[in-house]
Amino acid sequence: MNLRGIFTVFRKEFLENLRDRRTIITALIFGPLLGPMLFSGMMKFAMNRGEATQTDLVTIAVAHGERAPNLLRFLDSRGIETEAHDYDDAGARAAVRAKRHKAVLLITADYAERFTRSDPAKVLLYVDDSAQQTGRDLTRRVRGAIEEYGRGIATWRLLVRGVDPLASMPVAVDTVDVSTPVSRAALLLGLLSYLIVLATLMGGLYLAIDSTAGERERGSLEALLTTPMARAQILYGKILATSSYMLLSLMLTVTACAVAAHFIGLERYGMSANLGPFAVLAIIVFMAPLILPAAALMTVVASFTRSFREAQTYVSFVIMIPALPLAFVNMLELQRSLPLMAVPSLSQHFLMTSVLRGESPALAEVVMSAGVSLALGALLSWVAGRLYEREAILG
Amino acid sequence: MIEARHLSKRFGAVQAVHEVSFVAADGRITGLLGPNGAGKSTTLRMLCTVLRADTGAALIDGIDVARDPLEARRRIGVLSHASGLYPRLTARENIAYFGELHGLSRAASFARADELVARLELGDFADRRAKGFSQGQKLKTALARALVHAPRNLVLDEPTNGLDVMAVRSLRRLLSDLRTAGHCILFSTHVMQEVSALCDDVVVIARGTVVAQGAPEALRSGTGQAGLEDAFVQLIGSGEGLA
Repeated sequence: MNLRGIFTVFRKEFLENLRDRRTIITALIFGPLLGPMLFSGMMKFAMNRGEATQTDLVTIAVAHGERAPNLLRFLDSRGIETEAHDYDDAGARAAVRAKRHKAVLLITADYAERFTRSDPAKVLLYVDDSAQQTGRDLTRRVRGAIEEYGRGIATWRLLVRGVDPLASMPVAVDTVDVSTPVSRAALLLGLLSYLIVLATLMGGLYLAIDSTAGERERGSLEALLTTPMARAQILYGKILATSSYMLLSLMLTVTACAVAAHFIGLERYGMSANLGPFAVLAIIVFMAPLILPAAALMTVVASFTRSFREAQTYVSFVIMIPALPLAFVNMLELQRSLPLMAVPSLSQHFLMTSVLRGESPALAEVVMSAGVSLALGALLSWVAGRLYEREAILG
Repeated sequence: MIEARHLSKRFGAVQAVHEVSFVAADGRITGLLGPNGAGKSTTLRMLCTVLRADTGAALIDGIDVARDPLEARRRIGVLSHASGLYPRLTARENIAYFGELHGLSRAASFARADELVARLELGDFADRRAKGFSQGQKLKTALARALVHAPRNLVLDEPTNGLDVMAVRSLRRLLSDLRTAGHCILFSTHVMQEVSALCDDVVVIARGTVVAQGAPEALRSGTGQAGLEDAFVQLIGSGEGLA
């Protein structure tokens, strides 16, 4: 094995690609920064909305509010302000459809009369259920408030009739949420594992293509093959260079995510993510072995395309492959187990999420995950090297 | 010395090269002349170990390229059809990279690159990135790269393609110097003028086979033609694909 030669190829590919804007953007900027930014923005938005719907004042339109003054006062006490409008049924429909109001509450003409008789008094709530999530949240909130008002009235009526109100509640359900702040956050941060895998693969994308299909397209491959280097070893150097960019991308992405999580301030939402320096290091170490098979796979695929463009198309598909096992996790509700650690990508996903959950995986699991991935990487590199010995490589 | 012995190569249904034999001696410039598609590049690629011959053998200084390709490559400098430089490396880095691949230390590679930059007059653009080089600049850099390990044998595939007159003249001068220094130079061309201006020996190749070889003057008198160009046209059977 000509180690010095492999290192020469590695160093040249590494340095040459540092001068390529496209490589730098995908490897060192795109994944590591855009990913966490998008992610934190999304989470912040989701969380702010979750908070807002519970406490913010909202205003709905009410037609014939004078027929139910107590109800309106109750709604007001629950943060739902009312705005008097003179709509009939058709007018209320038109107003909601035209998006003049998110909701219109219409008190029917016989409301008071039925209320007094203890018949169900009818109110109509006009909403557009096809509208955005915020519209549906509002509907739920208004309905909830009206039902709460109704339950209060029901209790009074039962008391007046000498019946224990508890008799109307034969079964009481209490939900006990046993999730801890850490595990609640991990649910959201499960997305992180996917993002990290994707960003890592992106980091090697251009280098894998440039050093193989690009080299051939520029016509430099033929000259390279006339140097006294075994073809397989030239390829090992290239796979190493691709791997090094992926490792850089991985380190930057995980660090950036940790910073982003800190910036979001998960604690405010009753969650805490285990993303301290030690967790960052653990994630990088657990994820790193996946780099070798992924780099070798991208290199093999890019080697056998006819042009840079074609390589881009195929390798972009290859990037999806490591994401496949992650889809099965949700579909089959898989749990971390030793045999599953033999599935590359899936095992890294389990290890990363367990770190995020604040659990520590067994040593056997870590060894199995890294061992299988590295072995697959070595095998794929060997296959890539063998394929390079073929003449078809010249295209 | 470069020797081809009954080299044959087939790509699918096409017999690209059939039973090609010739010797390119040290201290001489040998031209491989033939129309486009005659099998010149395929022959050269087999000589410099990029392609494997189906049958026959290629020898560099007596070393069979099929048996010891790495040693054969150490003894040969190749200027391939496309100059194939790395656009994001400077001319100097392009040259030194190949020096390192040939086993020179990093320092020795750059020292050798400096030497070649001076000798081939690359000074004006040696530290510019190869992206945007003119054809002449590309050729000079690729030639320096082919010479970085000081090979005894030099193989050039259509080196004058796309060069302006000045660049062609400086290339000719350089090849003459190398010949004087005792190198074995083999180059392919479809330009008859190149042959008459440079070559000590000519191998005329058409449809994958050698149709004639020898000194240009001997070929001319053998065909009974008054001029060298008419002699080539007669040997090949037509002037198509020549210039």
